Amino acid sequence: MNDSWMIEVENLTKRYGRQTAIEDLCFTVGRGEVVGFLGPNGAGKSTTMRILSSFTPASSGRALVAGFDVSHEPDDVRRRIGYMPENNPLHTDMRVREYLRFRARLKGLKGTRVRERVDVVLNQCGLEEVSAKMIGHLSKGFRQRVGLADALVHEPDLIILDEPTIGLDPNQIRSVRQLIKDLQGKHTVLLSTHILHEVEMTCGRVLILNQGRILASDTTLNLQKMLSGGGQVVAEIEAPEWELRQLWEGMPDVLEFNVSAMDGNYMRCALTPRDGVDLRLQVFESAVANGWKLRDLGRDGHSLEDIFVHLTRASRDEEEG
Amino acid sequence: MRLFFTLLKRELGGYFASLSGYVVIASVQLLLGLSFYSLVSVLNQEGSETPLAEFFYETLYFWLILLIATPVITMRTFALEKYSGTYETLMTAPVGDVPVVLAKFLGALGFYLVMWTPLLGCLWVIRQLTGDPSALEPGAAAGTALGILLLGCVYISLGCFTSSLTHSQIIAAMTSFAVGVGLYLLSFLAPSVSTLPGWFPKVLVGMSMMEHMRDFVRGIVDTRHLVFYASLTVFFLFLNCKAVESRRWK
Repeated sequence: MNDSWMIEVENLTKRYGRQTAIEDLCFTVGRGEVVGFLGPNGAGKSTTMRILSSFTPASSGRALVAGFDVSHEPDDVRRRIGYMPENNPLHTDMRVREYLRFRARLKGLKGTRVRERVDVVLNQCGLEEVSAKMIGHLSKGFRQRVGLADALVHEPDLIILDEPTIGLDPNQIRSVRQLIKDLQGKHTVLLSTHILHEVEMTCGRVLILNQGRILASDTTLNLQKMLSGGGQVVAEIEAPEWELRQLWEGMPDVLEFNVSAMDGNYMRCALTPRDGVDLRLQVFESAVANGWKLRDLGRDGHSLEDIFVHLTRASRDEEEG
Repeated sequence: MRLFFTLLKRELGGYFASLSGYVVIASVQLLLGLSFYSLVSVLNQEGSETPLAEFFYETLYFWLILLIATPVITMRTFALEKYSGTYETLMTAPVGDVPVVLAKFLGALGFYLVMWTPLLGCLWVIRQLTGDPSALEPGAAAGTALGILLLGCVYISLGCFTSSLTHSQIIAAMTSFAVGVGLYLLSFLAPSVSTLPGWFPKVLVGMSMMEHMRDFVRGIVDTRHLVFYASLTVFFLFLNCKAVESRRWK
């Protein structure tokens, strides 16, 4: 057992009757990491989270949270996690502050500590103005924050959030994401989503799950690198076309190029680098040296979306082939 | 223990925070009022040696309240939480299964007892009107209260158990109503089979709810009855715990 791991999962399998929800899952999450669980609906994200929060047991395999076994030491595990299930169920007949106090007591906080912590999370989640309102009367965005506040109230080591931004409008999504980002460093966070963009924005590392198996596990940056092999560079430069072609041909790091005319005298140059070299600096310097105007310079990183499609397709091909 | 009281407070609060709690109380008040009225009209016609409490319990209203109100009170205990999903947040908090089951049971029982309190008022009114202290004999009243409490324990634990089996409050209520009425109807079967030989008729007679209740309203507290009600309650609570635990076997 390694102390630096917050979650250790070994060969975790869960079957519902004949259906296999997750199969032979192995992964670890270090302390203080923010990890995204990414996968289409039905990939087994919620099942894994339920097992980690010791709500349902696994069919086989082992899962440790902060060194405690989820099936043998459920109370020790539950004291250390803040879990927000899918769809964020709440007691709609309670007021916000009352609910958080109830939850804090349920999670073992005592006396003045309850009030202290409830005040802190009300502030942290921006719930002060609605603290006396009935949860049933709140908007979805506020309810989501109440769910987050509940997960945070007992200062858990690990926070598990199942689809925290589902069903919110863009502004609410942004504020919930910001809240999650703010947790970084203080808590270990495991969140699930099927929105790729969300993982890119909030998580340091991503676990891609499909049909109950892990397809990839790496930092978002590494995953992009792995797939793109150093991205294509696109530059918009005001210069004669033939001069540009001559320049790119003479540049040893450029593997392929494509120059096309744009509005005015601008040319769009798409350059594919050799061995993943970052061409941006070279492009900028040559533009300066020649006295050309450079109005746009960017490098195409593959988005997680591409990675996801690529990986899920690869696994399907593997099965068929 | 502190955890348990937190849960119990929430359970009781849940009844009084929801409209359904007040609808139950209002309906029971109506039935109690009707039964009180019929009681008074019987007394107006002729004097009687029978204790008041026994009169009351002989009326159908008493059983109607018991059989209908308990499933309505208990149907929400587990089924509502399962339906709304709060069951998951509850069971992933560091609380054991047993405190949850007991808190839900005692919460429902507490509400059930609150629901019966107007009955005391009815008996008090009779005593005031007649000016006869024997109208409300402390022994008989206490016996009736104990009987109501024990019968309540059986029916509430039954209701909590059926509620823990399903996500649907309607199914929970219907099941516990059916089983509860079945238990009640056994009482009517008892007289016709009591003369038959063998052990089975004896068991049937022993299961008769009405027989057990009759002694209580007379102010007789017999350990047989106590054991009967207590063991049924414990049996249903045990099943309830197993049902809650069953999510770990599935």
